[in-house]
Amino acid sequence: MPRYFTDEHEWIDVDGDNATVGITDYAQSQLGDIVFVELPETGSQVSKGKDAAVVESVKAASDVYAPITGEVLESNPALDDDPALVNSSPEDEGWFFKLAIADKAELEGLMDAAAYKAFCDSL
Amino acid sequence: MSTPNASGWKPGTPAKDDHGMDGPPTVTGNRALMLEEPLIFEIGTSQTTGVDLPDVPSSTSSRLGSFTRADEIGLPGLSEPEAIRHYTRLSRQNYAIDLGLFPLGSCTMKHNPRLNEKVARMPGFADVHPLQPVDTVRGALEVINELAVWLIGLTGMDGVAMSPKAGAHGELCGILCIRAALEARGDAREVILVPESAHGTNPATAAFAGYRVENIPATGEGRVDLEALKSRLGPDVAAVMITNPNTCGLFERDMKAISDAVHAAGAFVYCDGANFNAIVGKVRPGDLGVDAMHINLHKTFSTPHGGGGPGSGPVVLSEALCPYGPLPFTARTKDGVVHLVEEENAEAFDHKHAFGRMTAFHGQMGMFTRALAYILSHGADGLKQVAEDAVLNANYVLRSCDDLLEAPFGPSGPCMHEALFSDAGFAEDTTTLDLAKALIDEGYHPMTMYFPLVVHGAMLVEPTETESKASLDRFIMALRSTAERAKAGDPTLKTAPHYAPRRRLDETQAARKPVLAFDGPCAPAGTPQLSEQGGS
Repeated sequence: MPRYFTDEHEWIDVDGDNATVGITDYAQSQLGDIVFVELPETGSQVSKGKDAAVVESVKAASDVYAPITGEVLESNPALDDDPALVNSSPEDEGWFFKLAIADKAELEGLMDAAAYKAFCDSL
Repeated sequence: MSTPNASGWKPGTPAKDDHGMDGPPTVTGNRALMLEEPLIFEIGTSQTTGVDLPDVPSSTSSRLGSFTRADEIGLPGLSEPEAIRHYTRLSRQNYAIDLGLFPLGSCTMKHNPRLNEKVARMPGFADVHPLQPVDTVRGALEVINELAVWLIGLTGMDGVAMSPKAGAHGELCGILCIRAALEARGDAREVILVPESAHGTNPATAAFAGYRVENIPATGEGRVDLEALKSRLGPDVAAVMITNPNTCGLFERDMKAISDAVHAAGAFVYCDGANFNAIVGKVRPGDLGVDAMHINLHKTFSTPHGGGGPGSGPVVLSEALCPYGPLPFTARTKDGVVHLVEEENAEAFDHKHAFGRMTAFHGQMGMFTRALAYILSHGADGLKQVAEDAVLNANYVLRSCDDLLEAPFGPSGPCMHEALFSDAGFAEDTTTLDLAKALIDEGYHPMTMYFPLVVHGAMLVEPTETESKASLDRFIMALRSTAERAKAGDPTLKTAPHYAPRRRLDETQAARKPVLAFDGPCAPAGTPQLSEQGGS
C-alpha cells in the first residue's frame, strides 16, 4: 500500500480506489499536545489543497488540507474521545479520514517517504 | 500540610520546597498574607442566606405561591462580608496592570488613566439612554462628534462610523462598506486577499461577509510580498486586508505602492488598525491610500479592555466609501448644532446609500468619553509622543535582548510597538512555555506566546508607552536571566513556576477534559456560619 506525503505535512495511504489521510509525526511534534480534532462529515467532498479538517493544540489551531480530491467515506471516531492519538500514533491509529479517490493523477507530485524525510530535514 | 477541601482539590504548592521556600507547614494552608481560597461553593451552604427576608405571610404557606421546591438549587448562601472576602482574596492571586508591567501589551491591557474614569462617570454621560429625546443628550452627541472629528483628523480620512462595538465588528463594517460600493457600481467580486502577516480576524471577517479568502505570502523580512500581491490582483478581487503595523511588529513600508496597485485593479484597501497606537500622530493611513480602517479605542486611546471592559471599534472611511457608511452617525451643521442622522433624516443629510446599521444604537458611549478624555488630556503633541514612546520602549527591549534571544526580524530594521523573539538557541526540550512560566516566578505576567505562527516558539513583547526606563530595565533583567537559563537547559525551568499560588497546571488536560461547572455538593449544613462566629 503506497504512502505519499504533502509539503503541508499530511500523509496519504492509497488502497485501490480509496485512501486514508492523517498528519505526519513531524506535524504533531511541531503542534504539541493535540486537544481537539474537527473532521469532515461522511459524504462531504474535499478538494486537493483545500482545508478538510482542523487540528487544535495547546499552542494553535491549524487547518489540515486534503492531499487529493475525493468524497469522505469515514472519519476516525476514536479522535473524538481521544485526540491525543494524533500525538501518540500520528501515522497509524491517529488517522483523520478515509476518502474515495476522484482522480488518481492527483497523486503525482506528492512526495514518497524518502523525499518527505529530506524535505523535513531541510526545514 | 494544607487544608483539603470538599472537592478533594488541594493547593499545588507545598509549604516547603527545594527552591527557597522554607519554614514549617501551616494548618490553614495560608502563608501569612498569601491566602488559600476554596471555591465559593465550598464556603457557603445552600441552607443559609445573606439577606434578611420578611417572614412568609401567615396567609400563604410558601414564598413560591402555588409552587413547591422539589430539589436543592445548589447555590451557596454567603453573608456580604464572606462574599467580599472571597472575591478580594481571589483578586490578590491575580496579576494586573496596576501591579506591574504587563508584556502582553495594549491588546490585552495598558494603563487606563484615572482621569478617563472620572469623566466617564459624570452623570450626563453615564446615565443617558439611547432612546432619550435628542434635545436632552446634546452633550453626549457633542462628545461623539468631537471624538469622530479627532479620529478623522488623526487618520486623514473622510468619515467615520462610530457604532461598531469591537475591532472585528469594525472590520465587518468596513468590508460591508466595500461590498456596498462594489454593488453600487454593479461589480460582483468574490475574493479578498489577506497576507500572512495580517491579524487572524481578517480572514474570518472576509469569510463571514461571504468572500473567498486567499493568502498572500510574506517576504523573508516579515512584510507583505508586493510582487506576489500584484500578480494576484484581478477583476475578481474585491479588497486586500492588511494589518499595519503587522503581526511581526513591522511597518508595511510598501503600503502606498500596495494601495496604488489595488486601486488600479478596481479593488479596495482595508487596513487593520489594531496597531494604530504605534503610528498615531506620525502617519495618516489616509495618505497611504487606505479605504477603511478600524481603530481599537482600547489599544490606542486607553479605554479599559483586559479587565472585561467593552470593546469599541470605530471605522474610518475614505471618500469612496463614505456614502455607504452605516447609520446612525452625528453631523454638525453650519449653525453649530450636532444632529443625529438616522433613517428618517438620512436623505436631508445626503446619505441615502447607507448599507444599514451595525448596531441598534450609537456605539459604546462609555468608551467614547474615555477615549476623548485621553485624546484631549494628551493633545496632538502628546499622542505623537505616545506612539514614539511605545516604539522606543519596544526597540529598547528588542536591542537589549537580541544578543541573547534570537530576533527573527531584527535585521529588518526597527520594530514598531512590539518586540518579537523566537526560541532558537534554547536547550533541547526547553520551550517558550518553560521560559514564560519562569517569568511568573520573577513576578511578571508572561508575554504573548506562540504568536505569530510564522515564528517558531514566538515570544511577542509589548511594553507599551507607559513603562519607564527603570521599569523596562527590571523586566529586561528578568527576561535575560530566564533566557540564559533556557539556553543552558536549567532543569528548574521545566518545573516553574515555583513561587506562584499554583505550580504548573495541566493545560492539555484542561483543554481536553474541561470541567466548566461545579458538580460537588455545597458545604454541608452545620458548617460554622457567621452568627456562630460572632459576626454582627
